[in-house]
Amino acid sequence: MFAVNFFLLAAVLFCIGVYGVIARRNAVLVLMSVELILNSVNLNLLGFSLINGNIDGHVFALYIIAVAAAEVGVGLAMVMLVYRNRRSIALDDLSEMKG
Amino acid sequence: MLGATGWFLDNAWLIPIIPGVAFALIILIGKRLPMQGSELGVASMAASLVLSVGAAYQWIQRVDDAGGHSEAGTLGLIAGFGRSLTAAQEEGAAYVQPVIRSWTWWESGGASFGYGQHIDGLAVMMLFLVAFISLLVQIYSLEYVRGDRRYTHFFAAITLFSAGMLVMVLGENMIQVILGWEIMGLCSFLLIGHWWEDEANSTAALKAFLTVRVGDIGLLVGTSVLFFGANDWTQENLGTSGFSIQGLSAWALSGEASETVLLWGAVALFIACIGKSGQFPLHTWLPDAMAGPTPVSSLLHSSTMVVAGVFLVARLYPVFWEAFSIPDVSVNFIVVIAGITIVISALLAFVQDDIKKVLAYSTVSQLGYMMLGLGAGAWLPAVFHIFTHAFFKCCLFLCAGSVSHSGSHHSFDMKRDMGGLAKKMPITAGAWIVATLALAGVFPLSGFFSKDEIIDNVGHNGYEVFMYIALFGAFLTAGYMTRATYLTFFGEPRGAAAHASALEAAGAASGRAGASPQNDASGHVPSPGGAADPALEEGRASAGQVGVSPLEDRGVGGLSSEEDDPADPALHGELATAGLAHADHGDAEHHGPHESPKLILIPVCILAFFALTAGFTNAVAFGEDWEQFKEYVEPIAEASDLEAAGAAPRASDLEAAGAASVRSGSSILNDASSHSVSSPAPVQEEGGEEEHASGCGYTAPEEGGICFFPAVSHAEFEWSKAALSLIVVGIGLVGSWFVCVALYSKRSRSLVGLTQRLAPARWGYNFLWNKYYLDHLYEQRIIRSIAHPIARGANWVNQNVIDGVVNGLGIGGRKTGGWVYRNIDQRVVDGAVNASGAAAGGTGHALQPVQSGKVNQYGALLFGAAAVFAIVLVIVNV
Repeated sequence: MFAVNFFLLAAVLFCIGVYGVIARRNAVLVLMSVELILNSVNLNLLGFSLINGNIDGHVFALYIIAVAAAEVGVGLAMVMLVYRNRRSIALDDLSEMKG
Repeated sequence: MLGATGWFLDNAWLIPIIPGVAFALIILIGKRLPMQGSELGVASMAASLVLSVGAAYQWIQRVDDAGGHSEAGTLGLIAGFGRSLTAAQEEGAAYVQPVIRSWTWWESGGASFGYGQHIDGLAVMMLFLVAFISLLVQIYSLEYVRGDRRYTHFFAAITLFSAGMLVMVLGENMIQVILGWEIMGLCSFLLIGHWWEDEANSTAALKAFLTVRVGDIGLLVGTSVLFFGANDWTQENLGTSGFSIQGLSAWALSGEASETVLLWGAVALFIACIGKSGQFPLHTWLPDAMAGPTPVSSLLHSSTMVVAGVFLVARLYPVFWEAFSIPDVSVNFIVVIAGITIVISALLAFVQDDIKKVLAYSTVSQLGYMMLGLGAGAWLPAVFHIFTHAFFKCCLFLCAGSVSHSGSHHSFDMKRDMGGLAKKMPITAGAWIVATLALAGVFPLSGFFSKDEIIDNVGHNGYEVFMYIALFGAFLTAGYMTRATYLTFFGEPRGAAAHASALEAAGAASGRAGASPQNDASGHVPSPGGAADPALEEGRASAGQVGVSPLEDRGVGGLSSEEDDPADPALHGELATAGLAHADHGDAEHHGPHESPKLILIPVCILAFFALTAGFTNAVAFGEDWEQFKEYVEPIAEASDLEAAGAAPRASDLEAAGAASVRSGSSILNDASSHSVSSPAPVQEEGGEEEHASGCGYTAPEEGGICFFPAVSHAEFEWSKAALSLIVVGIGLVGSWFVCVALYSKRSRSLVGLTQRLAPARWGYNFLWNKYYLDHLYEQRIIRSIAHPIARGANWVNQNVIDGVVNGLGIGGRKTGGWVYRNIDQRVVDGAVNASGAAAGGTGHALQPVQSGKVNQYGALLFGAAAVFAIVLVIVNV
């Protein structure tokens, strides 16, 4: 069915995003991976919206885009500060919170 | 308008409630009030007085209405003068029903115990008397105990004391009488021991309480005996229980009462009266009770407490009348006890140095007169003597208090600290002399009319021997009161009365005020001057004999005064540092003897006025028109219709109310009072109304009739008989005066030291000084032989049995505790705590590596967990 393609694409994007979050050491890349995850979710929502024939999914997707924009803003600001203090944005080095 | 009762009579039960409530308020909030609670006491007594006066007025109205003379509108004591009692009797004056109300307090086994009111002439008279005297005494106390450390408690106790007497006075049944009786016993204990810091005072309080308690057993026994004897009869005929005063009275006169039950009940009740009213074998507590503050003594000895015993006899008079066959014999239990009491206590009053103790023995003696009158059938004079005696005895005590308050630095010792005070305290002295003459029974004063009537009627009723005893007592009364008057107000000033100004000048008069009330009141002054034992007294007397001469102005004291002087500062200093309660007022500002403040003088003067005039309320000497007491207080001994009197109204009332239980609620009120006057209504065919000829108390009432009071006879007043007693009294007064002058002022050689030179006189003196060795008998013999073995046995039980049990329990407890500590506490409880701590620590260590601080790992965990949950969900849903 036509909508299944949306879900397949979303799943692939989600997996790529998860992989990026787990495997990347660069903080900016991790943020980008998070964006991938969020957008895969958006695709899912749009797909279900299409199947169900209503517009709720669209609304949710718009919300998520807005929230993602804010999240990226905050995340990048943090990355900036980390970089200024440590001259590095490698996440492996940021382990002071170790238990 | 027959039977219109009026609000005050119907609601007389409020009279004791008011001071009762005031007592609770004083205890609870008294200390926070501006006058520390005393205003509540005074106000409550004033309210009671108003109600009592209202009740008295309406009672007079009721009696007048019942007599058929509708003199409505012109009533009252004065207006009643115009009436002739004989006329009233000729017209068939009937027994005036008392106003009875009753509420059931509790019921047990079919017997109901009530609280109620029984208002008749006697009750009304006593209510007025108690409320009036209590009010004056409380006003007096405002000044007298000012600054006392237990000021509030003093007023609380004295208010409750009056409440107790009022409860008893209007008691409808014996249970209520016992209640009031015991309240008074408790309060007398509290008040006599008011300054309990001094051991002598608390001992005196205990003695008073326990001695009266001995008699109280008789009250309980007598009440029970009479209840079981009378209950069936009263239930059947009157619908009341066997506790009811009215029921008991009617039962005793019905002719159906068992002689044995009556006799034992009356003897037991009279034993209670012996204890309470200080009659012969149990009178020893009364003088010791002087340890209390003077207002307490005054109240105790005039209208409450000691009068309670006399009142009980007067109240249940038909019982005693029948039990002792009063009209038929010439000697019985009551008059014997009373006769002994009159003489021995009057003799004891001669050897007392403490002014209050003289008055105390005087009270005992006068109570003997009242009992004698009751025992000899002279009901009315005895009750009248209660009335007059209350005024002049209260006045005397308040004067004594005034003297000690302002004249003798809180000493009560006449020989050491008084003398010549008449000039310094003219008003107190005047009131004292008026009251003394009234007590002695000098003609126009109140005591004459009551005491002479007792003596006269005792003789008239066939008790001649006791008439002469009473005459002898009157002689003694005049004698010892003259002695007390002379020592206090005349002669040379001595001790504090003379010395105080000198002390003041020396600036050394500190603390003296504190020394006295405790020690002197108890009579065991810890200085040689008090002569607390016979040896010292002998020393003193011999010193007098040698004639130390009247050189020091404290004359009489002789040697003892001399010894007293150097001892003074030390003694007083010691007592002052003991912090005694009374020390903190009046000391600095007034030293020499002076007249007392107004709050003391006003009650004294009012009482002196009544001591002067109270006799005219029943002045037999002036003819029958003056016999107000006879008319309004003495119940008319006419048989009433049984129907009208009791049973029928109650029965109908019960039907109307549809109530099943007898006398529940206030049911009997309306009917009993509306049928109040059992006029010879034509209801009964057999009629009780024919019962005219001195029936009640002599013969059983006819069928359908019922008597509530015996027909007591009254002696005709004759001036020849009165002259005899007046002459006796005159001899007593004058003779005693000359002896006092010779002995105390001129120090006549033939009199001073007589008790040393003459062996019989010495023995007699020692016998009196030791109070007939009665205290010795009680304390050394009876108590030692009975109480000490009990105490030893109790000690053994205590040491061996109780201590063994306690120790065993203690050891067992310790062992159990040790086992519990070792096993349960150490192992189980601590183990659980430690184990949980260790578990938490281990888990923390195990999970520590997870917290790597690396965001990637956290993300991996997060997604891993999410994946796991997703798989689980898929599996579960598929």
